[in-house]
Amino acid sequence: MRELKILTDTFQSLGGDPEVFQDRHIAHMAASGHRLVSQREIPGITIDAQETGDGITNTIIIEKGKRIELPIHLCLGITEKAGIQRIQTRLVIEEGASASFLAHCLFPFVESGEHRMDATIEIKEGAHVRYHESHYQGTHGGMVVVPKAIIAVGPGAQYFSDFSLVKGRVGQLNIDYVVQVDTSAVAELTSKVFGRESDSIHIKEKMVLAGEYAKGLIKTRVALEHDAQGEMTGIMEAHAKGARGHVDCREIIKDRAVGRAIPIVEVTHPEAKVTHEAAIGTVDKKELETLMAHGLDPEQATELIVSGMLQ
Amino acid sequence: MPLVDIQHLVCEIHGKRILQDLTLPIVEQEIHALLGANGSGKSTLAYVLMGCQGFAPTSGLMTFKGKDLGPLPMFERARLGMTLAWQEPARFEGMTVSQYIRIGKPDIDPAPYLTRVGLSPDTYGNRLVDTSLSGGERKRIELAAVLAMKPLFAILDEPTAGIDMLSVQDMMHVIRSFKEGGASVLLITHQETIALMADHASQLCGGRVIASGNPKDIADQYKKGSCVRCDGERCIPLTIAR
Repeated sequence: MRELKILTDTFQSLGGDPEVFQDRHIAHMAASGHRLVSQREIPGITIDAQETGDGITNTIIIEKGKRIELPIHLCLGITEKAGIQRIQTRLVIEEGASASFLAHCLFPFVESGEHRMDATIEIKEGAHVRYHESHYQGTHGGMVVVPKAIIAVGPGAQYFSDFSLVKGRVGQLNIDYVVQVDTSAVAELTSKVFGRESDSIHIKEKMVLAGEYAKGLIKTRVALEHDAQGEMTGIMEAHAKGARGHVDCREIIKDRAVGRAIPIVEVTHPEAKVTHEAAIGTVDKKELETLMAHGLDPEQATELIVSGMLQ
Repeated sequence: MPLVDIQHLVCEIHGKRILQDLTLPIVEQEIHALLGANGSGKSTLAYVLMGCQGFAPTSGLMTFKGKDLGPLPMFERARLGMTLAWQEPARFEGMTVSQYIRIGKPDIDPAPYLTRVGLSPDTYGNRLVDTSLSGGERKRIELAAVLAMKPLFAILDEPTAGIDMLSVQDMMHVIRSFKEGGASVLLITHQETIALMADHASQLCGGRVIASGNPKDIADQYKKGSCVRCDGERCIPLTIAR
């Protein structure tokens, strides 16, 4: 199928192994625009995906107590020069289950396009999830990407997510995530984005530490150059005994780029604690000089520091 | 001709004179200890020599192999064969120890350099050079990276500070290996026991070299504390024969 081949070829050109979509031990779902082009279930995973005419809906359930050893691949994209993709996703990781997801969002040729994701993720008691989402949106800067997610992390569960958009152009990115963290649960949100030319990046991540001894981290790493603009809002609320949260935002800006960071912390329990740190500006002088003392010129040193930060 | 020749160096920062008429020659394959109390100007001299931003000399001359360092930016000084190991080295997100040691030398094997500073390549090669490392581990990695550069002149700013007592002898052995490899070392320290390993020593006080000569004599003088609290105005420069 042509669309699947374009998606997997792009995936391969970015360092991925296209064989994962052939491997019968690996679950996957692939969609181009509003067409489902491939999917596979394996024992312990149910995938219910539907084309709805103006989008795709899917529900993926990891059954109670199942440990899915190999990552589940979600390949989403637009293979034409223009297009729209709307995805409604529901992920349910049942009690005591564990799984990792690798979402590849690929828009290699898009000159004018839109990708909207509305996700709800339910991580039940004692479950463990890693969700890595990487985007490649071509070189035109014509993509509008709007990922929204509401995530509930149940008692004793763990959720680690990592969003990465560091190659090519961003276009417009508007992330809006809300995470509710229950008793003794752990949640970490990491976002890494490199904005160039006229790219516009808005990242809003909110974490509510609702249960006792809940732990949360919001970590944002953004590099901006040329005329790119970025605004990162990290909201951390702690409402229960022993809850611990941290918001960590670092932006490196060059040229005429503009970066903003808005950390909001709210604590309503005397035995909870939230901290935040934000650094925006040029590369750290000491890091730069340390590399220059090893013989790198300022441009080489800056490139190395930025690529390390977005690694 | 000295490998590094510093003549009448003056450095003012924010209107305050930190280095005053400082003269210090360092010859080839010499470990030259620079002793001084906190605030005596030791680290400032290191930054001025290396060309760090904000540490330009107000007057005086610095040469390396006869070449005037004044107009050269930091990375060009490094490419001539100079380098600096900071007292508190920077941390880097997303960079492994192996990648760090390979900076500018992509073909080298980091393993022997890690082994030389007492770190297991298997344990440390893939660790990140970030805040997950202790201060002592980070300093060892910095020394390994400087060793891998094979410099002609290494400025080591307090290389044993933060290193556990049992490992200090190992670090001194590493410092000697610079000399065995043909390099000179400016060994900045406020520990007289460390200075004793040098071929030559100078004592800095109030931004001036107040004594220069045999490390034991300089260390003895430093240990007496005669200049520890002075402001550089009341020091009597003393030269001890080499």
